[in-house]
Amino acid sequence: MARDEVPTQVATHPPPSKPGGRRRPLIKLSGISKTYRGGTLALSEVDLTVGDGEFVSLLGPSGCGKSTLLRLIAGLGGVSGGTIDWPQSQYDSRGEPIRDLGFVFQEPTLMPWATVFNNIYLPLKLSGVSRTDASPRIDEIIQMVGLEKFADSYPRQLSGGMKMRVSIARALVVKPRILLLDEPFAALDEITRFRLNNDLLTLWQAQKWTVIFVTHSVFESVYLSNRIVVMSARPGRIIADLPIAAPYPRGESFRMSTAYNDFCRTTSSELARAMAGIDEDEH
Amino acid sequence: MAESNQRRTNQGTSTGEIALSVRIITPIVLGILTIALWEFAVRYWQIPKFIIPAPSMIAEALFKDRTVLALSFWSTLKITVAAFCIAAILGISVAVLFVQSKLFEIGLFPYAVILQVTPVVAIAPFILIWVGLDHVERALLILATIVAFFPILSNTTLGLKSVDHNLRNLFDLYGASRFQRLKELEFPSSLPFMLGGLKISGGLALIGAVVAEFVAGSGTDNGLAWRIVESANRLDIPRMFAALLLLSILGISIFFGLSFVENLLLHKWHESAVRREN
Repeated sequence: MARDEVPTQVATHPPPSKPGGRRRPLIKLSGISKTYRGGTLALSEVDLTVGDGEFVSLLGPSGCGKSTLLRLIAGLGGVSGGTIDWPQSQYDSRGEPIRDLGFVFQEPTLMPWATVFNNIYLPLKLSGVSRTDASPRIDEIIQMVGLEKFADSYPRQLSGGMKMRVSIARALVVKPRILLLDEPFAALDEITRFRLNNDLLTLWQAQKWTVIFVTHSVFESVYLSNRIVVMSARPGRIIADLPIAAPYPRGESFRMSTAYNDFCRTTSSELARAMAGIDEDEH
Repeated sequence: MAESNQRRTNQGTSTGEIALSVRIITPIVLGILTIALWEFAVRYWQIPKFIIPAPSMIAEALFKDRTVLALSFWSTLKITVAAFCIAAILGISVAVLFVQSKLFEIGLFPYAVILQVTPVVAIAPFILIWVGLDHVERALLILATIVAFFPILSNTTLGLKSVDHNLRNLFDLYGASRFQRLKELEFPSSLPFMLGGLKISGGLALIGAVVAEFVAGSGTDNGLAWRIVESANRLDIPRMFAALLLLSILGISIFFGLSFVENLLLHKWHESAVRREN
């Protein structure tokens, strides 16, 4: 009983919703623009609301400002225009929101002089948690990402996929409400990538955080997210906001399904639209 | 069967790695041969001892004058180590200041360069007049420090600036304080650079001390370099060689000592100290 049309409402976890719809908004971006010092307009008038518990992928060609957007959300660098609101967060004395987020960079970005344990301990150490107090939490998170045997190893002794696991563990050790990932698996081989995708989904379902995932892979974004935001380049702006209303847990059967294919086709055509103006001068 | 055994033994020896025993024994054998040849040549051609003394005579001088040579050794060692430590503390502190404030660097760096490029022999007379008339060892200490200071400063500054940008972002993200950033990020990142600078400076501190002693050339000082000057004046060439030998031993010890520390600190994580596994 193959169904060709996109499945509508299915009992899912978390329940499907219209983009930014019924969920309580966690982050509200309004009219965000970003101009770099050289005068390059990286982002123009971006409006985006991310709700509690969503798994949102930012998808777009390179140079569309998706990484820039992610960094702005993280508070790395200021916006040139527009506002970023955190409706559910408290603000500190300087008027900065307490963001409560974990960030995973494109490279593992580990401290080469520190063991896996100490790399993961870093965020807690910086916020003044003693090693003794942090230890149970770190052991727990190391187990969660499957690196029990490597707690005392140094990054140079690990494979690319393992380094990325450490990087994710470090982001998660502070129990953030929101996890930002900037093309975290782009440099990995496909087998490792699939495995990490599955691990990420499992963790997300268990921990119920909100995820914003930057990627340039249609397949990865469809497989992972319940919402895909397609961006176009020069200047970066949002041109489509697609719900991926497929149930979790998603596994190999989802990857084989017609629904998956349909989502990929829709997303690809939106991405093609995003690329329409830029494919000549890209190379 | 025999063939596969053959292959296995070949694999064991043809890995390109030269055994540690060979690495140690080869230079020792070469050294002993050279000394034997030297001894033989001096005796055979009857070279006068005020031109080149035989190794046996140097050994004799080393033993005969052991008290005075030991005192000289101790004196030069003290100056060198003290100068090295001061240079290290100063160099690292100024580098930290440079990284905290660009203005500091812009203002001070040219003078650090001037200090570095001006030959210490040329500065020595001034320092000796200003502080060295009563306390020559203070003048020696200052001069050796000046020579040893710059590599530590420039290497540490470079190291502190070579921090991975994403790691900097990470520290921003978690709201690290300036001190935390320095202690947890900039300091460990710059460690390989810093240790490289320290290794150069260890040798330079000794050179600085020796040059300064030569320039001071008199009086209250009794370091190894002064011992060389004094022995030359008395045409006591074997003792001159003995003092020279002790200087070399001092230099070698400093180098190996610092290499040992470097290896101790870096061997677990830094590419320079890690054995390649292929």
